[in-house]
Amino acid sequence: MRLSELKEGQTATVVRVGGNGLLRRRIQEMGLVKGTDLYVEKYAPLKDPMELVLKGFHISLRVEEAADIVVENVR
Amino acid sequence: MPPQHLTIALAGNPNSGKTSIFNNLTGTRQKVGNWPGVTVEKKEGHITRSGHDLTIVDLPGTYSLTPFSIEEVVARNFLLDERPDVVIDIIDASNLERSLYLATQIRELDCKVLFALNMADMARARGTKIDGRKLSELLDIPVVFTVGNRNEGMDELLEQAIRLAESTAPPDRTRRVKYSADIEEAIGRLAFFMESKIDGSLPYLPRWVAVKLLEDDAIVQERLIAAAPDAGRQILQAAQALRKHLADRFDEDPQIVMTDERYGFIAGIVREVQTSTTQQRVDISRSIDLVLTHRLAGFPIFIFFIWAMFQLTFTLGEYPVKWIEAGVELTSGASAALMPEGILKSLVVDGIIAGVGSVIVFMPNILILFFCIALFEDTGYMARSAFLMDKIMHLIGLHGKSFIPMLMGFGCNVPAIMAARTLESEKDRILTILITPFMSCSAKLPVYVVLAGAFFGARAGTVIFGLYLLGIALSILTGRLFRSTLLKGADAPFVMELPPYRMPMAKSLLIHMWDRSQLFLRKMGKVILLGSVIIWALSSFPREVPIPGEEAAWSRQTAAAAGAGNPAAAVAQTKGAEDGSAETADEIRRMQKTKQTENSYIGRLGRFVEPLFAPLGIDWRGGVSLISGFVAKEIVVSTMGVLHATGNGEEEDALGNALAASGMTALSALSMMVFVLLYLPCLATTAAIRRETGSYRWMFFSIGYSTTVAWVAAFLVFQGGRLLGFS
Repeated sequence: MRLSELKEGQTATVVRVGGNGLLRRRIQEMGLVKGTDLYVEKYAPLKDPMELVLKGFHISLRVEEAADIVVENVR
Repeated sequence: MPPQHLTIALAGNPNSGKTSIFNNLTGTRQKVGNWPGVTVEKKEGHITRSGHDLTIVDLPGTYSLTPFSIEEVVARNFLLDERPDVVIDIIDASNLERSLYLATQIRELDCKVLFALNMADMARARGTKIDGRKLSELLDIPVVFTVGNRNEGMDELLEQAIRLAESTAPPDRTRRVKYSADIEEAIGRLAFFMESKIDGSLPYLPRWVAVKLLEDDAIVQERLIAAAPDAGRQILQAAQALRKHLADRFDEDPQIVMTDERYGFIAGIVREVQTSTTQQRVDISRSIDLVLTHRLAGFPIFIFFIWAMFQLTFTLGEYPVKWIEAGVELTSGASAALMPEGILKSLVVDGIIAGVGSVIVFMPNILILFFCIALFEDTGYMARSAFLMDKIMHLIGLHGKSFIPMLMGFGCNVPAIMAARTLESEKDRILTILITPFMSCSAKLPVYVVLAGAFFGARAGTVIFGLYLLGIALSILTGRLFRSTLLKGADAPFVMELPPYRMPMAKSLLIHMWDRSQLFLRKMGKVILLGSVIIWALSSFPREVPIPGEEAAWSRQTAAAAGAGNPAAAVAQTKGAEDGSAETADEIRRMQKTKQTENSYIGRLGRFVEPLFAPLGIDWRGGVSLISGFVAKEIVVSTMGVLHATGNGEEEDALGNALAASGMTALSALSMMVFVLLYLPCLATTAAIRRETGSYRWMFFSIGYSTTVAWVAAFLVFQGGRLLGFS
């Protein structure tokens, strides 16, 4: 499942970070690596970008960027 | 013993509390500048501590040392080239994992590192406990507990830093990141190959260079080639072969695998030193955010904050601006009274005082604006405003953070362009800077008021509103155009941290505000002073003015010469001259001023460029006014006043009538307003563009682009209008 398909309040585990080189590297360096648990805090009022909680901090990600991240174990 | 000099660099993630630690350590003895060649703020402080002279350098806050953003390049180059004696890495206790990512990279650089474990009390309150001794042991790095915003642990931090700098023991190279066997083997082979090819000409640790080459680091590749062209190429080939091998082995880019493995290494450490009792934290910050970025309330609250910032900057700022204006006038009046009549007096009064005055009147606006921006940044709201606006701004190819600078452009472009500093990606910053001048600034309003008032009567308001909309539309078009051509390339990803809301500290806000304002004054002052003097010289020379007696004759001559081309203007002039001879001395002086301006270099320039303005329906006087508007847009009105001999443009009706008499029509007035809206930014803005983009190229590009757009738009308005039968 893609990260962008998650709803507010759901948690999932990262399987794969795709996308172009720069974006991937950036996302990874922020700590969004394979095996990380993500919690979808909310979407912005205009439904884009989204806010995620991982490892105790909050980051925002555009929905199109989140579409390149594959997650599993959605709960 | 003479005091020993030590350089201490402060590194850390954004929002790790680095700035407050820097402020605590150095107090007000800070020096703010830019890192060479880029517009990233460089802060330095000098202090003396137990017989040592310490230079404390605040590195830009970064998440990593991979050279993607300018901040990261700057931070890494400083560590590589300046070799600070000690690096204090500020570890945000609430974000241990991510903080350690940067720490492992600094460690790989073979620097002497000291950890400042910051805000551990806050982390503990949230249920996260960190074993500092264990962390120190595992990485062999001294750890000092600090609380930046309460000024705790600073003495110990400096003591430890000095002790570490003086210790002769080399940094332990065993307790650093260990990659998986395949990667370690590749690193080992590449490092060995490198040492056999080059000895000593590369001043970095071979292992580090090998790691970076396997990560395909362009800057390290360049440096290697520069240090040893032939051997370097062979090494790069070897590195490429190894990268290929690893990519096949892992079915993934080596740099991605290595980042993963670093985090794996870090996860091991975190498991050892951190105990968490609560998983899902509920805190004040999250509750605040539920309101401030609420689906329905978020935007109204945002608009209110922006409105409040605008009000503070331009309404509250208005009072001190008036005082300063009065002060400038007083100085100007006093100098005028004290100095003997002549060229020197004119230079001081009309050139220098007027020029410097035009800069310092911005000061209150800029101070207030930067205070508001510092408030937004320090509380954490800036990131939320970008979060709210990103969807809209992304449509123009911009980042959510571009919104505030663009909006500020409606007030004054100078602080607006400086506000673009908050954007991290250079491309976003340049694009924002290029389109901000299309936001019609407040100085253009007097021009619209005069022209629209004179030619559009009751519809003036609608016309002015339309101009603002045109500016916005063109900025959107420009944004999209440049995004797909000039500033193409991958959009900077919108991976942005939303830091917890924090109570801002007054000291930090004031330091922030003052640093930036000071930078503005110092650097811009020079450019503006020079520019004002040049414009003054152009409009003051040559100084021969026909004496009143000759005036009528001179005027008739001009009328005859201009008669064929522009009868209306000639009539107006002759009429003016005849009136002049009959009126008061004041009137005569005014006529003299008109003649002098006409005859000056800038007047001649106006005549010279007349053919350029003719297709836009703008006569040479309009041209001269527009050129003089380069100093400041409101000057367009006063120059028109001088050229049409209606006094200082105070009586708008008088100027309007004179304009109508000179042959200006509603259509040509509209064309001129469109031109004023879009053409080259004023001197102060140009200086800001030069400064903030760090290049004359972008400055000239901005001037050329906006003026071309202005000409084309005004041409379309005037010629199109004529075709449609308007006049």
